[in-house]
Amino acid sequence: MAQSALLNASILKKVAMALSGIFLITFLALHVSLNFISIISKDVFNEASHFMGYNPLIQYVMQPVLAIGVIFHFVMGFVLTAQNTAARPIAYAKYNGAANASWSSRNMIISGLVILAFLGLHFYDFWFPEVNYKYIAGVAPDATRYYDELVHKFHDPIRTGIYCVSFVLLGFHLWHGFGSSLQSMGMHNKYSRFLSKVGYGFAVVVPALFVIIALFHHFNN
Amino acid sequence: MALDSKIPHGPISDKWTDYKDHINLVNPANKRNLDIIIVGTGLAGGSAAATLAEQGYNVKAFCFQDSPRRAHSIAAQGGINAAKNYKGDGDSVYRLFYDTVKGGDYRAREANVHRLAEVSANIIDQCVAQGVPLAREYGGLLDNRSFGGTLVSRTFYAQGQTGQQLLLGAYSAMNRQIGRGKVKMYNRHEMLDIVIVNGKARGIIARNLITGEIERHSAHAVVVGSGGYGNVFFLSTNAMGSNATAAWKIHKKGAFFANPCYTQIHPTCIPVSGDHQSKLTLMSESLRNDGRIWVPAKQEDAKAIREGKKKATDLSEAERDYFLERRYPAFGNLVPRDVASRAAKERCDAGFGVNKTGEAVYLDFAAAINRYGTEEAFVKGLDANDKALVTKLGAEIVKSKYGNLFQMYYKIVDEDPYTTPMMIYPAVHYTMGGTWVDYNLMTTIPGCFSIGESNFSDHGANRLGASALMQGLADGYFVLPYTIGDYLAPDIKMGEISTDLPEFVAAEKEVKDQIDRFINNKGTHSVDYFHKKLGKIMWDKVGMARNAKGLSEAIEEIAALREEFYKDVKVPGSANEFNQELEKATRVADFLELGELFAKDALHRNESCGGHFREEYQTEEGEALRDDENFAYVAAWEYKGKPSDAVLHKEPLVYENIKLVQRSYK
Amino acid sequence: MKLTLKIWRQKNAQDKGGIVDYPIDGIEPDMSFLEMLDVLNEQLINKGEEPVAFDHDCREGICGMCSLFINGEAHGPDRGVTTCQLHMRMFKDGDTIFIEPFRAKAFPVIKDLVVDRSSFDRIQHAGGFISVNTSGNTIDANTIPINKHDADKSFDAAACIGCGACVATCKNSSAMLFVAAKVSQYALLPQGKIEAVDRVLNMVHQMDHEGFGNCTNTGACEVECPKGISLENIARMNREYLSASLQG
Repeated sequence: MAQSALLNASILKKVAMALSGIFLITFLALHVSLNFISIISKDVFNEASHFMGYNPLIQYVMQPVLAIGVIFHFVMGFVLTAQNTAARPIAYAKYNGAANASWSSRNMIISGLVILAFLGLHFYDFWFPEVNYKYIAGVAPDATRYYDELVHKFHDPIRTGIYCVSFVLLGFHLWHGFGSSLQSMGMHNKYSRFLSKVGYGFAVVVPALFVIIALFHHFNN
Repeated sequence: MALDSKIPHGPISDKWTDYKDHINLVNPANKRNLDIIIVGTGLAGGSAAATLAEQGYNVKAFCFQDSPRRAHSIAAQGGINAAKNYKGDGDSVYRLFYDTVKGGDYRAREANVHRLAEVSANIIDQCVAQGVPLAREYGGLLDNRSFGGTLVSRTFYAQGQTGQQLLLGAYSAMNRQIGRGKVKMYNRHEMLDIVIVNGKARGIIARNLITGEIERHSAHAVVVGSGGYGNVFFLSTNAMGSNATAAWKIHKKGAFFANPCYTQIHPTCIPVSGDHQSKLTLMSESLRNDGRIWVPAKQEDAKAIREGKKKATDLSEAERDYFLERRYPAFGNLVPRDVASRAAKERCDAGFGVNKTGEAVYLDFAAAINRYGTEEAFVKGLDANDKALVTKLGAEIVKSKYGNLFQMYYKIVDEDPYTTPMMIYPAVHYTMGGTWVDYNLMTTIPGCFSIGESNFSDHGANRLGASALMQGLADGYFVLPYTIGDYLAPDIKMGEISTDLPEFVAAEKEVKDQIDRFINNKGTHSVDYFHKKLGKIMWDKVGMARNAKGLSEAIEEIAALREEFYKDVKVPGSANEFNQELEKATRVADFLELGELFAKDALHRNESCGGHFREEYQTEEGEALRDDENFAYVAAWEYKGKPSDAVLHKEPLVYENIKLVQRSYK
Repeated sequence: MKLTLKIWRQKNAQDKGGIVDYPIDGIEPDMSFLEMLDVLNEQLINKGEEPVAFDHDCREGICGMCSLFINGEAHGPDRGVTTCQLHMRMFKDGDTIFIEPFRAKAFPVIKDLVVDRSSFDRIQHAGGFISVNTSGNTIDANTIPINKHDADKSFDAAACIGCGACVATCKNSSAMLFVAAKVSQYALLPQGKIEAVDRVLNMVHQMDHEGFGNCTNTGACEVECPKGISLENIARMNREYLSASLQG
C-alpha cells in the first residue's frame, strides 16, 4: 500500500539539489585549478585553455552537461524557495533566525542569486565572446590569445570588485552547501563530519583563490 | 440497590481464565454493527480504542487535547511493573498481587488485583512488539529497576519518560486504526453528559471545543477513561486540563462513585513558589534512593533560612534533623509515599519548613556525592582525601543517574542541586478513588464502563509506584476487550442508535442550559478565582491530614463556595466559539460538587489507611491506624440530587488469599 | 518586572488578526512564562476583555501541547525547554516581548495563539505504527534482543513530543525533523524494519501533502527542539526514503 515515490517528493528534490550541487562543486575545483595556472605560467595557461576550448569531448559532452547541471540547480532552487515561502503564508512579526542557524544556511537563495547574476556577467565577459569567436565569426583558432584576454578583463577595478564580492558570496553558498548536500544524501556520521570540515576548507580556499587570481591580474598588469 | 461485584467463583488464580472461557462472544461480522464511544485517550482509553477497533468494533474516541498523544499518562516518569521475573529474583504473579494489595493498605479488591498481576507480563510483550523502546542492557535484553514497596526488581522503564513511551505506543496502535477508518477520532472535544436510553448507556453529548457546537453521539456502549480528579486541589501534578467532568457526569446519571477520599500525595515535588503558581512538578521517587531528607533541628535556624539570613549549607550535621531516618530507622528515606509525605508536613507544621512559604524540606545529595566520589577515587586510584576531587567525581555519578531531573529542577527553581540541597514538598499526584466498577469494569449504569485512573478498582487506599501505567494498559488492552464483548453480545441485531431519541434531546438541552447560564451570568470573578479557593479548602482541610472538625467545615465551605460560584462567576466570550474560560467553568462546576463528596467520604471513614489519614485515628507514634473490623469495605456513593444527599453503599472487601496485617516501616 | 507584551490576537480562523500591545507589571522572575500569561488573562477578564487563548496542558514539558513563538524563537530564548518550562528570569525588566503563534500553512490558527497541528496526527495515521494486533499471544519481549546502542538511539528519536517547534522555527516550515524522528524510532528496531519501506514512503507522502516546506538543512530545528532530537534522524530518513524509493 506504499504511496509511489513520485519525482516531486520533497526528499527526492533535495537529493537532486544535493547531487547537482556536488557536481557543480567538482566543476568549480576544475575551474579554479585552471585559472590558478594563469598566475604561474602564461604559456601553460594558454595551452590548457586551448585544450578545453577545442576538445570535442569537453565542448560537446561536458559543456552541455554542465549547462544542464547549472540550469537544473538554479531552477530547482527557485522552485524549492517558492514552495518554502508558500509553506508560511503569514510571516512572523519577529523572527530571530540568527539565534539558531548560520547566515549562509538561511540565505542560500541570496548567495545563489548573486552567483546567478555573476554568471550573467561572466558569460558576457568570456563565454559569449568565445562562442562568437569560434562559431559565429568563425575566426581561426589561436592558441595564444587566452591569457591576454583574461588580463584585459581585470583592468577594470569595478569589474574586479564585482568579481571579488561574488566570490565571497560563493564562499557563503559553499559553506552551507557542501555539508548540506551530504546530509541530504543521508550521510550523518564521523565520515560526513570530517567531509563537512573539508567542505568548510573548500568554501574558503576556492573562492579565496578566485579572488587572489582576480586581484593578481588587476594589480600585476 | 445492592452492589454486585460479579467476581467469578473459584480459586483466585483461575478466576480470570475461567471467566474468559465462559463469557459470550461477538462474532467478527457482528462487531461491525456495534459502536463504542471511548472518552479519554490516555493509556487506558487509547489502548482500549486501538484494541476494540482491531477486533472490529466501530470506535469513536474523544479527547479534549489537540491530539490523543497529549493525555496526561504521558507525564508518568518512573516505570511500569510486570511480573516477568527476568531478574530471577523470585518475582511471580502472586508476589505482584500481594505487594499491590498490601501497598494499597488492604482496601483493594483481591480478584481485580490478581487479574492485573496476571496480565502484567503480556503488557510488556505487547509494548515491545509495538516498538516501544524500553531500556535495555548491553546484552540486548530488557532492563529493570526497583521501586518503593517491593522486594524485587520488576519495573520496566524508558529513561524518565516511561509514560510517554507507553502512551505513544498506544497512540501508534490507535493511529493504525484511525488510518483504517475503524477509530473515528474527535480531538478537541469534551464529553459534557452521558445519554441513557431504557436504562442503558447509549451515547454522549460532547462540545466541539473549536466551534462550540454541542454534538450528539450514539453508541452501544460508553467507556470512560478520563483519568483522576486530583485537580480538585487546584494545585497538583496533574495537567492543567485534567478534569473529572466525564466521571462526574456519569456519577450524576447513576454511576456510583467509590472511595473519593483516597488520594495520593507524592512526597517529592517542587514546592510552591508563590501565589501565581499554576501547577506542581514531580521529582521522581527514584531520587529518594540517594537523597537524604532533612530540616534544621532548631526552629531559629529554619526561621533564619526562611528569611534568607542562612543557607542550607551553613548548617553542620549536628544542626540538621534527618527526620525520616530518625523516625523510621529500618526504611529511612525509602518509606512509602504516604508516610514520607505526612512526616514532611508534620515538620513544616511545627515550624521547621525551609523555603519562603515555610512549606518545604531539603532533599540532600551531598552524602551521596561524597560516597560515590570516594568510591570512584578508589577505583581510579586517585586521592580519596582530596575533597574537591571527590565532589567532582561524585557529582558526575549523580549526574549520570538523575541528570535530567536535576536539570528540570534547576530550570524551575534556579538553584543548582549539585551544590545546594533540593527543596521539596508533597503534592497531590494520583487519585485511587473513582467510579465504582464491577469485575467487568462496568459502572452501575449498564453499558457504561470506566477504566484506568477514573475507576477505583485496583490500588485500594494507596498506589505503589509504577502501577498506574500497568493498570491503565491492563484495562485497555487485556480486560475491557473481553468484558465489553460479553455485555454487547445481546445487542448485535440492534442497529445504529438514533441521536434523535428524546433522551438525546433532553441531555443536550441540559448541557446547553448550563453553558448559557455561565455565559449569561456576568459575575465579578474568574473561574480560577473559585478554583483556587476550592483548592485551598481541600488542601487545608481535606489534604494530607484530616479531622472530623475540619472535614465538617470543608463540607459547608465547599457548598457555600459552589453557591457563590454560580452567582458570581464571570465567563467572557460566547458559547459558540473557542472559549477556554467556558471549558474551565464546566470543569470547576463539577469539582465543586466532587470536592464536597470527597470531604463527606473522608469524614465517614473513621480510620486512617493509605492516602487517607485521619488525625483522630493514629497510633501513639503518629502512624496510620486502620480499622479492619468496621471499614474493610468499598464506600460507593449514589448521587441523589446534591453531594450532601449522597447515599452510601458498601461493598465488603473479602480477603481469602491475603492476611490483613498492620503496615510498619520502623 | 514591568514588560510590554506584543501579542497576536485573532478571533477565529477567518479573522485577519494582528498584534496588540499589553503593558504588564508585577511579574516575578520565578514565574513561568505561562503563569505570566495567566496573570495577564486574569487582568483582562477583570477588565471585561477577552483573555488570550493559548494551548497548554501538562506544564512540565512533556505533553507537547504548549507552543508560542516568543521574541522570534519557538518556545522562547531558553534551550532544551518548552514554553511551559520557560521562566521569566530569562527576561529583563522593561523588555518588549513578541508572542506569536507557531506559523505554517499546515498549522492554521484556530484562535489567538492556538494553532491546529492535526497535520502531525495525519502523518502518523499514514504509517507511524507497527502493524501488530493486541492479542496477549505476542512473543515474549526478550526473545528479540536489541543492541543497546540501537535501542537508545530509537529512544532518543521517540522522545519527540510532537510540539511542532521544528516546523515553527524552520524558515521553510519543514516538518522533516518530526517525521524523521518517527521514521527513525521504528527504523532502528527489528520490529519496525518489516514495514520500513511502506512506512517512510507513506509518511513522507502525507507530509508533502500537508503543505510543509522542504528541508534545506539549516539545523534550526535541532537547536530549537525542546527534546534535542538530532539532525542525524533526518539523514537517516533520507537514506530510508532513497532506498525505499528504489525498492518500492
